[in-house]
Amino acid sequence: MTTSLSALRHRSTNRRGRRLTVVIGVALAVGAVVTAFPFIWMLATSVKPQSESLTYPPTLLPHTPTLQYFRTLFTELDFGQYLANTIIVVLIGGVGLLLMAMAGYAFAKFDFRGKQWMFFLVLATMMIPVQVTMIPTYLILNGMKLTNTLVGIALPTLVSGFSIFLFRQFMSTIPTEVLEAARIDGAGEIRTFLLIVMPLAKPILAVMAVLTFITGWNSFLWPLVIANDQHLYTLSVGLSLLNKELAVNPSLQMAASTVMVVPILIVFIVFQRYVIQGFALSGLK
Amino acid sequence: MAVSNVLTTARTRRRTAATRARPGRGRLTPYLFIAPAMLLLLAFGVFPIVVAAAVSITDMNISGLADWHNVNFIGAANYVKLFADPDFWQALGNTAFFVIIGVPSVVLVSLGVALLLNRSGNWFFRSLRAFYFIPAITAIVAISLVWGYLYNTQFGLLNWVLSLVGVPPVQWLSDPVLAKFSVALVAIWRGTGLNIIIFLAALQGVPREYLEAASLDGAGEWRQIRSIVVPLLRFAIFFVTVTTIISWFQFFDEAFVLTNGGPLGATTSISIFLYHQGFQQSAFGYASAGSLILFVLIAVITVAQLRLRRSDVDY
Repeated sequence: MTTSLSALRHRSTNRRGRRLTVVIGVALAVGAVVTAFPFIWMLATSVKPQSESLTYPPTLLPHTPTLQYFRTLFTELDFGQYLANTIIVVLIGGVGLLLMAMAGYAFAKFDFRGKQWMFFLVLATMMIPVQVTMIPTYLILNGMKLTNTLVGIALPTLVSGFSIFLFRQFMSTIPTEVLEAARIDGAGEIRTFLLIVMPLAKPILAVMAVLTFITGWNSFLWPLVIANDQHLYTLSVGLSLLNKELAVNPSLQMAASTVMVVPILIVFIVFQRYVIQGFALSGLK
Repeated sequence: MAVSNVLTTARTRRRTAATRARPGRGRLTPYLFIAPAMLLLLAFGVFPIVVAAAVSITDMNISGLADWHNVNFIGAANYVKLFADPDFWQALGNTAFFVIIGVPSVVLVSLGVALLLNRSGNWFFRSLRAFYFIPAITAIVAISLVWGYLYNTQFGLLNWVLSLVGVPPVQWLSDPVLAKFSVALVAIWRGTGLNIIIFLAALQGVPREYLEAASLDGAGEWRQIRSIVVPLLRFAIFFVTVTTIISWFQFFDEAFVLTNGGPLGATTSISIFLYHQGFQQSAFGYASAGSLILFVLIAVITVAQLRLRRSDVDY
């Protein structure tokens, strides 16, 4: 009697729970559309003719879709150059990735004098906001004659304390015996690192590579501050200059925004797992 | 042959000896591995603080940049001037406003959405997650332009939507009070994605058994969340709060692209103030003094929070 009663109650709460799940699912779906709406609006406007993107009331879907503004970006404006510069900055970031992996490996797998305080220094730099270092870093780069170069744009963010920390955490899990075996087999330190450690570190490398790509691609402050010549602008700086175009030509602006956003969306969709893992890891900080 | 043999054994012997004597092993190798990264970190992470402190007691400006002989030591004059500068106080006030509006919104919205998303593990809920993450990974410049278009007074979508329900056009970005909220909204929208991910990861750590036991004891769902899930998420909530506070103290990009600190400085955060002083007025000494104050502010608040946390109960 009692058991059947409790079973009954259980079933009814279950049903209520399922109904609640559906309601929450619908609410979340609405929230998702609202969250993603600016992107949908961007894509829709990027293929509208200028006259249509300026009409009021706005049209939701383009009536006469056109790709002419994408053409304008790469023919009349210098977005081809900006794109190339952005890619170079991202690639330089890849070098930083290698340097950070090396440092993380040394911190994890070697004992050496000064290790403690050097690692403390690595952790301490995580606390320093970029706005504090913005002006002195500019002065330092200026002193090194690196303002107005692509290297100068990439250099301030090339290594981060947090990434070194993450690499160290991961490299600590590599068994020391594997490294010893490699050394006994006569592999030099660099060979051991490149042929044994790096392949073992693939999971963290993938996460860091994707995050490095995203931050490099999106970076705005340093390109803005360091690049004075137009031929050194990255996509983000070129795009911010289009800000003045808004009153005149939203379609062109949205086309440029699309050029900047879509590659990131593709990377996100393909490597979603790594991106999320990386962000969740940053919660360890 | 023999020679090479001897050489190899010698080398092997040396290597085994080195391996055995652990602390001394390959004395130079670790330094070579960390040197490039450490040098960069020192040059762009540590050294700038020293430079900022040094420059902040000088009148460094564009002429000082060209020729170091034009730089003069002026003691604490920059700091004195800073505290008398109404623009600096306005920027401080605006930053406080952004922190007070932004931090609770970001923390509560991302916690709420994460709890809802965590309710079910089926494909539908899983695929919805991506939508909430997207704002966090896309370029802020592009996003700000899109929002600028949505906010536009003449042909923006938001005013059109409002007009459907009879609301007259709203000056989203040109009204000094409203502009603060409009700019903050974009940053809140953008700031939640990352924290949702962190909360979802933390929710994986809540043992199912606890919830089942509570449910057998007759605890409703709301009760379970309030009394079990949220307390267990304490550390994640604390972490997200600290990092969110820090990031709102550094608030820059959204306001920079959407309003450039305007109208009438209404959205000028400390960071934007520093940028204007440093890179538009070329008052490097003055801006460095301001950036050190920002640094001290963030450090004090972070340390205070860590102290509070330490006195907190642990589960």
